[in-house]
Amino acid sequence: MNKEQQLQHIALNVREHIVRMSTDGGCFTGASLSAVDIIVYLYTSFLNISPNNLDHPDRDYLFLSKGHDVPALYGTLAELGILEKERLQNHLSVNDHIYWHPNTRVPGIEFHSGSLGHLPSVAVGVAMDIKISGGSNKVVCILGDGELNEGTCWEALLVANAYHLDNLIFVIDRNHFQANVRTEELIPLEPLADKFEAFGAAVKRINGHSYTALEEAFATYPFQEGKVNVVIADTMRGKGLPSIQERADRWFCNFSADEVEQLLLELHGQHPTELTSETLIVR
Amino acid sequence: MTYEELLTNIALTNEQVIVMTAENRALVRNLPPLLGKRFIDTGITEQTMIGAAAGLALRGRRPIVHALAAFLTMRAFEFVRTDVGIPALPVKLSGFIPGFLSDANGPTHQAIEDVAIMRDIPNMTVFAPADEDDLIQMLQQIWESPQPAYVRINTRKSGYSHAPFELGKAEVISSGHDVTLLTYGLLFEQALIAMHMLQREGLSVGLINMRSLKPVDEQAILQAAAGSELLVTVEDHFLTGGLYSIVAEVLLKHQTTARVLPMALNERWFKPALLPDVLQYEGFTGKQIAETILGYQTQYQQPDILKPQFAE
Repeated sequence: MNKEQQLQHIALNVREHIVRMSTDGGCFTGASLSAVDIIVYLYTSFLNISPNNLDHPDRDYLFLSKGHDVPALYGTLAELGILEKERLQNHLSVNDHIYWHPNTRVPGIEFHSGSLGHLPSVAVGVAMDIKISGGSNKVVCILGDGELNEGTCWEALLVANAYHLDNLIFVIDRNHFQANVRTEELIPLEPLADKFEAFGAAVKRINGHSYTALEEAFATYPFQEGKVNVVIADTMRGKGLPSIQERADRWFCNFSADEVEQLLLELHGQHPTELTSETLIVR
Repeated sequence: MTYEELLTNIALTNEQVIVMTAENRALVRNLPPLLGKRFIDTGITEQTMIGAAAGLALRGRRPIVHALAAFLTMRAFEFVRTDVGIPALPVKLSGFIPGFLSDANGPTHQAIEDVAIMRDIPNMTVFAPADEDDLIQMLQQIWESPQPAYVRINTRKSGYSHAPFELGKAEVISSGHDVTLLTYGLLFEQALIAMHMLQREGLSVGLINMRSLKPVDEQAILQAAAGSELLVTVEDHFLTGGLYSIVAEVLLKHQTTARVLPMALNERWFKPALLPDVLQYEGFTGKQIAETILGYQTQYQQPDILKPQFAE
């Protein structure tokens, strides 16, 4: 297997974990499937984070500000041996801490999230301290595109620009949906790259499901000395499952056990599942 | 010693201290050249300042953050609660011009629910110094504590020399069996005047400077309730959630009761004006406090109330 095939193999396993968590209460299936390739790429190829250095002062930081992407993070942490795979079976159990939003009881999770627009500023604080301390750690903060409605994202960008935080990378999981609707139909974001550039960021826009594109973009970090980095990763809600891909009503899913079995086959190329489970519009 | 002098000493001796402000520099004016990169002004972004402070604390720093009390506790409330409160990070909040100290600014600037909302956050501690002397006594212990803390900054000089500060302990100025005044913050000065007036009327009067509102000194409240005919809570805060509520909670918790007269702002903001006029208009001068308790007018002269300096 070449590297791209290896990453695709890990990502497929992560997607299987997400599908398995999408029952008995469910999880943010559609939302998190869009972020799988970004998260797998970052952990395997860009960030210095491993089971052996989780508390090391030189480790890199990943902050998942789009907290409901966490099934993709749980799956990736499990595939990398940071989180015990068996614990994924405890999803939503009162006896563990594997729930709908990230928390620091899960190994490898640096900070809790769930309330949108918070972690850009926390990541700014960490990146500031790395600058003050003279470290070379990289700080990545993953944001949803809908999350960009929150003014605090833009406030944090202003501050990141003022303090020249070129050790900080905001990655936008640009799946073109917010919870219930397409972003451009509700609160239009485009031209998004122009907005970030106007805030002083060095911006790259790529296909967030292409490992080649991710590699090309992140290989040039820091994109420009003294500028905060922004990667707009165009992605697809529900990526990998044609039966729920790009569907407004499949942000969160709670499938039946039979549907989970069908969807696992669908991940491997079998025809789309005929879903009868209730669609959810949460907000 | 002033707030800024103390902060300077502590920041220069402890490399972990980061001084932050959301562009409110009244108390930290001389610090930028002294601290270099350890002075961070995030501009008018209370929320981002608090989030960044959480990030800095995550890295082992001890951020001491400054903003007007109203915006620090309310504009940034969810960031304080979620990013500082949930992980119990040692971020220290210094709220400027709380309560009546916002004098003529108007209701946008009136932090008169700050005690209520800050003490409702698990792990958060809350302090309200009577004056600059009290403030300077308490800060070192508060900043050295591993818990998050909110301080209602009050740099007024009352001339009173306070007893050493102990976290979680009130300062009992006097004990009395007729009435005990419980207060905090700048109204301590007026409560002290009221105490003297009431004593001259022949009453046995107690006065307690609560100082540490969370953790609160339950024993001081219980002893006052047991030893006095009447408790009077005096505060520049809404009636709900502040000291009157704290006293009620403590009494109920210990299955006891007391006659309590609250002096607070009941369901309303206060009239914006210069501080001495605010106190007079709202009935919080020492003479007015005493007369409210007595139920009649006296011939006493209310001492002058100093107007705040801008830096207060």
